[in-house]
Amino acid sequence: MRYLPHTDTDRKAMLETIGVSSFDELFTDVPEAARLDELIDLPTKQGELQVERALGAMAGQNVAAGSVPFFVGAGAYRHHIPATVDHLIQRSEFLTAYTPYQPEISQGTLQTLFEFQTQVALLTGMDVANASMYDGSTACAEAVMMAARVTRRDKAVMAGSVHPHYVAASQTLSKHSDVNITVTDPGNANLEDVLSAIDDTTACVVVQTPDIFGQLHDLRAISEAAHAKGALLIAVFTETVALGLMEAPGNMGADIAVGEGQSIGVGLNFGGPYVGLFACKNDRRFIRQMPGRLAGETVDADGRRGYVLTLSTREQHIRREKATSNICTNAGLCSLAFTVHMTLLGEKGLTNMARLSHEMACDLADRLGSIEGVNVETEAFFNEFTIRLPQPAVDVVDKLAASGVLAGVPASRLFPGQFEDLLIVAATETNTEEDLIIFEKALRGVLS
Amino acid sequence: MSMNSQGRPTRIADNAATGGYADTFSGSRGLDQAEALIFERGATDRCGVDLPEPKGTALRMGGLERQGEIGLPGLSEPETMRHYVRLSRKNYAIDLGLYPLGSCTMKHNPRLNEKVARMPGFADVHPLQPASTVQGAYQLIGELGHWLMTLTGMPAVAMSPKAGAHGEFCGMLAIRAALDARGETNRRRVLVPESAHGTNPATAIQCGFTCDEIPADAGGRVDMEALKAKLGDDIAGIMLTNPNTCGLFERDIREIADLIHEAGGYFYCDGANFNAIVGRVRPGDLGVDAMHINLHKTFSTPHGGGGPGSGPTVLSEALAPFAPVPFVVQEGKSWKMVEQEEGEASESFGRMAAFHGQMGMFTRALTYMMSHGSDGLKQVANDAVLNANYILARLKHVMTPAFAGFCMHEALFDDRFLQGTGVSTLDFAKAMIDEGYHPMTMYFPLVVHGAMLIEPTETESREGLDRFIDTMEALAKAANGGETDRFLAAPVHAPTKRLDETRAARQPVLRWTAPMEDEPVAAE
Repeated sequence: MRYLPHTDTDRKAMLETIGVSSFDELFTDVPEAARLDELIDLPTKQGELQVERALGAMAGQNVAAGSVPFFVGAGAYRHHIPATVDHLIQRSEFLTAYTPYQPEISQGTLQTLFEFQTQVALLTGMDVANASMYDGSTACAEAVMMAARVTRRDKAVMAGSVHPHYVAASQTLSKHSDVNITVTDPGNANLEDVLSAIDDTTACVVVQTPDIFGQLHDLRAISEAAHAKGALLIAVFTETVALGLMEAPGNMGADIAVGEGQSIGVGLNFGGPYVGLFACKNDRRFIRQMPGRLAGETVDADGRRGYVLTLSTREQHIRREKATSNICTNAGLCSLAFTVHMTLLGEKGLTNMARLSHEMACDLADRLGSIEGVNVETEAFFNEFTIRLPQPAVDVVDKLAASGVLAGVPASRLFPGQFEDLLIVAATETNTEEDLIIFEKALRGVLS
Repeated sequence: MSMNSQGRPTRIADNAATGGYADTFSGSRGLDQAEALIFERGATDRCGVDLPEPKGTALRMGGLERQGEIGLPGLSEPETMRHYVRLSRKNYAIDLGLYPLGSCTMKHNPRLNEKVARMPGFADVHPLQPASTVQGAYQLIGELGHWLMTLTGMPAVAMSPKAGAHGEFCGMLAIRAALDARGETNRRRVLVPESAHGTNPATAIQCGFTCDEIPADAGGRVDMEALKAKLGDDIAGIMLTNPNTCGLFERDIREIADLIHEAGGYFYCDGANFNAIVGRVRPGDLGVDAMHINLHKTFSTPHGGGGPGSGPTVLSEALAPFAPVPFVVQEGKSWKMVEQEEGEASESFGRMAAFHGQMGMFTRALTYMMSHGSDGLKQVANDAVLNANYILARLKHVMTPAFAGFCMHEALFDDRFLQGTGVSTLDFAKAMIDEGYHPMTMYFPLVVHGAMLIEPTETESREGLDRFIDTMEALAKAANGGETDRFLAAPVHAPTKRLDETRAARQPVLRWTAPMEDEPVAAE
């Protein structure tokens, strides 16, 4: 087996050194009834060629986003990733390192995390950020729990237009705590019912912008209303590229900003792994209640600047049952991909990419809106919007897929039994004008 | 003098302040190169990506466009490459040497896994594409699930947990849901051995349970009498790592499972150490009700500096109905994804995260499993246990094993051999860095004083182990021979000396901030 260095001679000699004559003697603590003599009933070892062939065939059954006109979003977006990103994350020293528990030989990971935290803080307009979470949905759920700890209150108000998977992840995490989540009607686009649900017992208000339908929201009025009642505002985003063009959550009064960083550097990957972004105000109460790892600056014995994991007294390996979260892992390598891509872009590149995506979406909205029976429902959007169709969106999407266009996400896939005629459509800088023409023509064909 | 956008000199004037050495002009020493932060290097109008010019048409963002600047610096491609390659060289990695972190299973990461994960049919597909366009992706999830269920002897698997701790959460939520379905709301106490990973108690609390610690016996295993004394009709279950964090197989595991079941509780097994028994023992045969599998440990998906992980969780017949959504189901020749809590998922405890799990880790893990096959995986367990016992056998005369007898995949020592030397476990670990090794896990498990937990994994050669053992022996002798300074000063050959962790926690600096405008620029 190509990954196992020992020869049988090595094994024999080592067993001798240990003082046993067979492997079985090393497993005598296993209850006899549970010892397997036979091999488990699975295929036996294969060479690279055979494995690659079998899995290549499986991959070949999927329609890759890059092979067709592609407009699917709803929480994961296809953007161009420079070749440099993948090269760097495959550097052995990044790829095959563990969590930086020994800082003297982990400065590469630690400095990168410090850069990541700073980039996320700048993008969101917040003071500090952690070293990443599993993904946007779990970052959102952890934010709700953190807000309850900070405010010592139990009620969370979530706008119905927050990504339903994020709502569900938050409900699951809070299920057996004192926190109760009120979710407003997703059909109510102007968030008035969110405002009216805030009261003196509210720990936090959770609003996504752009929301699941693509609609942008001004958070300032909600922030004022929340703060007036002593509640925190948690701002959620699922498309980081939007932050290149829209006002940052921190500049609109958010206390905690969480979101999905996948669209920078990470790619689609069929839903994971992604990278959760988590940022908040620089308030002692907040930082002590934050979930996840934090990299911090310090000096070494010679006074040279360096970085360590810090404030770990919040975390499970120190605090055990009193920890702020059971989180151990972050999204390490995905946060590195994010940081490298963001470094390549810089402010100028990010702003350009955001503008190109927005312009592409505007052109697409014009084209689709010109079709008889199709209505663009979203007024203010970034790169994603919702259209109303004269037929069930699921059927339309299936027909378009059959003709080679991946058209978007039927809202009913996320809100079962609701919004059957709504289709959520996204565009990015990876689309071409030709893609838009093909989509428009195909949709006209399906609807005629 | 050249300036960057913040108006500060690009030449490092005060080397130490930006991480450089003070005794060279550049701050670098040969191949050990100083590297400032991107924020001290880049400029907001510098860019390493060529994009077309936007048309500049009117925005349709409802007046919500950003008003001020972000302040994000950019670098050109060559600068970016150099910056991160230089930083990478300040990291230890499995590809550089033995990485014997106990309970972390730092084994070789095969590159075929990386290649397969990057196939466009896996990497460039969206989780919400129509089912007809992602049949191969659904099949891959189903196939990996089949391997995991077969290797563990369990009838069901939840694929969506995103890491080990998330898998623990999944298993404990399933237990909670099963108890609630039985109407037994009094069962809230979870037994957790004191040697457990910190995630275990943190997870139990997150599920609304209380934790009750069980002590270890003198041999490092669960104290059976203490366990029996703690049973009662308020027991929800037990969370037990097996092999445990002392590197020992819990001999009484079947009796423990029976006792817990008779008491009306469920058995959660922390599968972090599955590498020791894969292919040789099926947890299903031990009475386990739920167990997470760290794909990044046993099945070699890269640790990536701390993630991403992946924690599929196998479930017993009793817990299977409560599995989280989504999950894949095969219907004839085609596959579907069950996403809502209805029909076959009507008893599901809900959704744990967006989309369908860590697909990028699934592709890597299945590639690894297919490469090994059932015969190769059994050899993995054999060689992992062989290597740990070889270390134990050869070091037990100079270091002090915490417990008598053979170990499984990791060898646990305590600090008795350092008593009276003035050298602590931490000092010993830092001296290992100077010798070119990543230290073992230190001060864990908590049941052993000054613990040193060494897990070599199966991908280390005999020659490599011999070199490591010789080094460890020499260090142990040096500590006992009065060479205290070698340890207290260590590391001296690493990219940095010991870092002040107390300062980092007392005066947290968690991000870079621009120096004040009126701050005088240091003279060159």
